[in-house]
Amino acid sequence: MSIRERLSGNEAAATAMKQINPDVVAAFPITPSTEIPQYFSTFVANGVVDTEFVAVESEHSAMSACIGAEAAGARAMTATSANGLSLMWEMIYIASSLRLPIVLSLVNRAVSGPLNIHCDHSDAMGVRDSGWIMLFSETNQEAYDNTLMAHRIAEHKDVMLPLMICQDGFITSHAIENIELVEDDKVKEFVGEYKPEHYLLNKNEPIAVGPLDLQAYLFEHKAQQAEAMKNAKQVILDVSKDFEKMTGRKYGLFEEYKLDDCEVAIVCMNSTAGTTKFVVDNLRNQGIKAGLLKVRVFRPFPAEEIAKALSHVKAVAILDKADSLNAAGGALFEDTVSAMYVNNVHVPAINYIYGIGGRDTKADDIESVYKDLLEITQTGNIENPYRYLGLRKEEN
Amino acid sequence: MNDLIEIRWHGRGGQGAKTASLLLADAAFNTGKYIQGFPEYGPERMGAPITAYNRISSNPITIHSNIYEPDYVVVVDDTLLETVDVTSGLKESGAIVINTTKSADYLKSVLKGYNGAVYTIDARHISEEALGRYFPNTPMLAAIVKVSGIMTDEALLEDMKDSFKHKFAKKPEVIDGNMKALELALKEVKKI
Repeated sequence: MSIRERLSGNEAAATAMKQINPDVVAAFPITPSTEIPQYFSTFVANGVVDTEFVAVESEHSAMSACIGAEAAGARAMTATSANGLSLMWEMIYIASSLRLPIVLSLVNRAVSGPLNIHCDHSDAMGVRDSGWIMLFSETNQEAYDNTLMAHRIAEHKDVMLPLMICQDGFITSHAIENIELVEDDKVKEFVGEYKPEHYLLNKNEPIAVGPLDLQAYLFEHKAQQAEAMKNAKQVILDVSKDFEKMTGRKYGLFEEYKLDDCEVAIVCMNSTAGTTKFVVDNLRNQGIKAGLLKVRVFRPFPAEEIAKALSHVKAVAILDKADSLNAAGGALFEDTVSAMYVNNVHVPAINYIYGIGGRDTKADDIESVYKDLLEITQTGNIENPYRYLGLRKEEN
Repeated sequence: MNDLIEIRWHGRGGQGAKTASLLLADAAFNTGKYIQGFPEYGPERMGAPITAYNRISSNPITIHSNIYEPDYVVVVDDTLLETVDVTSGLKESGAIVINTTKSADYLKSVLKGYNGAVYTIDARHISEEALGRYFPNTPMLAAIVKVSGIMTDEALLEDMKDSFKHKFAKKPEVIDGNMKALELALKEVKKI
């Protein structure tokens, strides 16, 4: 029997970390993820976990300490947001290229400037090409579940890549909601022990970690990283299947909500997907065939699968909670339309940049997107595929 | 779906409106409901206007936006009435609960023609009588439970006794005062 609880998203992430009981947690506080290491350090102080908690002096050091710990053969975790992730940036690439399956809880927040502490996805989008697996979470429940699955995915011998679990800052991180927790012993059994194949503290196999790697082999090593990222797709599906056996909660690469018979679809990630479900239900009651594709696995990007899932729709809007400032469109939009193009799927597609710096996204906003899509299905006209949702109108 | 109740709290930083919204979420959770309790974070400082929200339903809640058309509004500090549009979007089938001793005429003048039910409570008096200090959030919590009928008085008192025991584990002397504040508030909230 699962445990009925009510927790904030940060409490949910910290609870998962407590149940995982990693060898090392190294973290530096930053809003809105601060509570995660704060709660976790309480667990350490109270002796509920055996973890070595390293209160580092910066996020760069937090990631460095996790890298050191994982290279030594330990299981390491951390949490951060926005500029904290920016400060880790150099080490983010080191972690993935050294194939160290570190798990990071990323509570999404706008990267400054100007200074803003609220939710958008600009932090996550800044590291989308860094070789980390990236899972997005609509709710506190999904943030918790994704964390429980994280080590099984990251540490799989065909993967060996670091993984970050994203959730929306404040919107889910600071909202108390219902959640079903898994019992401690079941989590322990599910996550299992970390038995690295190669590690620095193995006296029987002396190895070097992170030596110079020039023209002769770096390319091959990068190709191996890319291969591992491709492998991750199947591993994520396999681990999710095991998770479903334990909890009854089903996870795929993405969630299809009333998508199979829909005419107009929205693609988005994290908490906005929940608001979109609310709108889809309302529109369905009015006879409008609206649907949603919620991306859970953003890296690896399930290009073929997404293209296939969208192939029957008449028009699709892709919502990005971060602007790429490239005069062309957001990252999720570009990945989605290129996935459709190479898979020979030709659906009219538009992009909305929304929710920047914590701008609230209302049900009315989402409804207006579906209305725009319906218009496109009738007129076939897309004048400007790169749009804003919820931007203030110019005042006279 | 249809039994979704949405509540918006208006208070000032330091008065415990956020805590009250979380306590209400807790209490409703304990009666078996699906709940959301979340503050709208802004520049956090003592005395600044703050907003917090609750959604309560028998069914899972997926929407994750702020609340624009609440069923109920709770005003923890009546000095906000002239500066914040507290009845914005408030359903006329719902109600507003205000911590105030001001006259009905004054309230009508600042509520911008709101035609729904208006309830008042003197949370300062209750808090000072029960606790000897001014913590308006406990009486306001009881007042909104009474007005909205989210749960019975007994269920609230039972549940809060438990949660105060945990919340005030290190200062048990304030538990009785908080319970008294709840009881008084349940009796004293009145419709004008």
